[in-house]
Amino acid sequence: MDLLLRPFQYEFFSRALLVAMLAGLLCGVMGVYITTRRMSYIAHGLSHAILGGAVLSYVLQLNFYIGAGIWGFISALVIQFLTGRKIYADAAIGIVTTASFALGIAIISTYRQFTKSFEAALFGNVLGVTPNDVWVVTCVTIALLALVFIFYRPLLFWSFDRDVAKVHGVPVLAMDVLFALMLAAMLVTTLQILGVTLIISAIIIPASIARLLSDRFGMMMIYAAVLGAGISFVGIYLSYYFDVASGASVVLLSTIVFGIVLLWTNLKQRRKRRTLDSHLL
Amino acid sequence: MEPLLEIKNLACGYQAQPVFTHVNLKLYPKQLSGLVGPSGCGKTTLIKTILGLAHPWVGEIWFRGQKLQPGVSPPKVGYVPQVETVDWSFPVTAEEVVMMGRYRRRNVSPFPSKRDRQVARELLYRVGVEDVAHQPIGELSGGQQQRVFIARALVGEPDIVLLDEPTSSSDLRVQHELLHLLAELNQQGLTILLSTHDLNSVATHLPWVICFNHGIIAQGEPTEVFTPQTLKQTFGGEMVVIREGDRILIASSLSTLRHRMQDNLPSILRQTH
Repeated sequence: MDLLLRPFQYEFFSRALLVAMLAGLLCGVMGVYITTRRMSYIAHGLSHAILGGAVLSYVLQLNFYIGAGIWGFISALVIQFLTGRKIYADAAIGIVTTASFALGIAIISTYRQFTKSFEAALFGNVLGVTPNDVWVVTCVTIALLALVFIFYRPLLFWSFDRDVAKVHGVPVLAMDVLFALMLAAMLVTTLQILGVTLIISAIIIPASIARLLSDRFGMMMIYAAVLGAGISFVGIYLSYYFDVASGASVVLLSTIVFGIVLLWTNLKQRRKRRTLDSHLL
Repeated sequence: MEPLLEIKNLACGYQAQPVFTHVNLKLYPKQLSGLVGPSGCGKTTLIKTILGLAHPWVGEIWFRGQKLQPGVSPPKVGYVPQVETVDWSFPVTAEEVVMMGRYRRRNVSPFPSKRDRQVARELLYRVGVEDVAHQPIGELSGGQQQRVFIARALVGEPDIVLLDEPTSSSDLRVQHELLHLLAELNQQGLTILLSTHDLNSVATHLPWVICFNHGIIAQGEPTEVFTPQTLKQTFGGEMVVIREGDRILIASSLSTLRHRMQDNLPSILRQTH
């Protein structure tokens, strides 16, 4: 028992578990919107774009969350603006996000002193989160979940069919802006935990598992939230014993869970088909 | 009688390219009309302009005697989009899709109420697909999907419903069923405008047709409007029009017409055989 509880004697580890669970839950819920709207690439790109904002806010001595958040929000809006003007969505994402990421690298190469922070931003450093980070992640998670709750109906309609939603009175432009803000807020707060390179897995894997388990949007959100939080908890907990990077541990575990659920749902479907066939014969 | 929807000198396009110009149209309450024209002639853009989804270059749209602001949807309108534009893998059930249409009638709760659910069920029953209420939209047949979308268009209790190519990807039986349903809804007092490029199986069944190709070519009852000249102007090719009583048959050549009719040749065609 002592062996199982040993990681919890370290305050930084308990903090990491709490913050990773919140980030996993938030990414899971937002991931349902992102995957069903086929926006995985935009989320992946924006996480890179935000690095530019993070570095710039460091140089300009602005608060990281505010500077990077505004940067991410503007990047999302610029992508939306370009997409409506003969530029394909994936090309617009590529242009804006790589330019922003390149700006971050250019500044880093000029100010060589923050190589370590750069690594943390790329690969995440959940064990290094401060009590202040815990507060920020908690507040942002509560705020975004409240927005998802309040705007559940218009966001669902907007996600499914933007044009028809507009005809039925959904303020679609306001939804575009709201979602860009939510996306930027989520990426900025979870960037330091999972890192630019691994954050996308926390967004798309729990949502994809939830899609295998349910055909209902609301149920998918519940599954993705529980899976996101649970996988983050177990992944970080196991990283202590296996002595591997915590971010990598979470991603690998979620991929294993995805594989198991995929196998299980396929077997279940096959069994159902076989039962149906035997009834027909 | 005052028109329900009036379009005055409307023009619209994308970039610098006009899609249609000089469109003047009046739709009266309880009218069932078909917007007929070839693919790419601007039918969808006209529907989207009426719905406020595309900004007109010039012109005005009036709804129930009130001028609509460009880009603003009319207040009581239902819309059934082309099936090709819908993401059928989206995780929603038929009932959830119909409840989306209750957005204007929502209460303070962020989730659909019991009343929303009840009304959605009633509408699904009315269009004949109540048994698929809990099925994912992607698992339904093409005809069932169209019926669910018609139910969503109706659930907000609209004055007019616009349908964009509702029969484009359906077989003849489903087309017939959908047209029957629309005629039934029209008899109950609903104003309907549907677009189609299918002359024989759809357009000839409608009481009022508007021939369209980057502008209105002609409008009226099919027996008056479907002449070889009008059809040539609309579709850009020679067409054969055969009339027998109230029936009209249209084809690009006599041999196509004979093939289509097979054993059911009308007497007039038998004489030309």
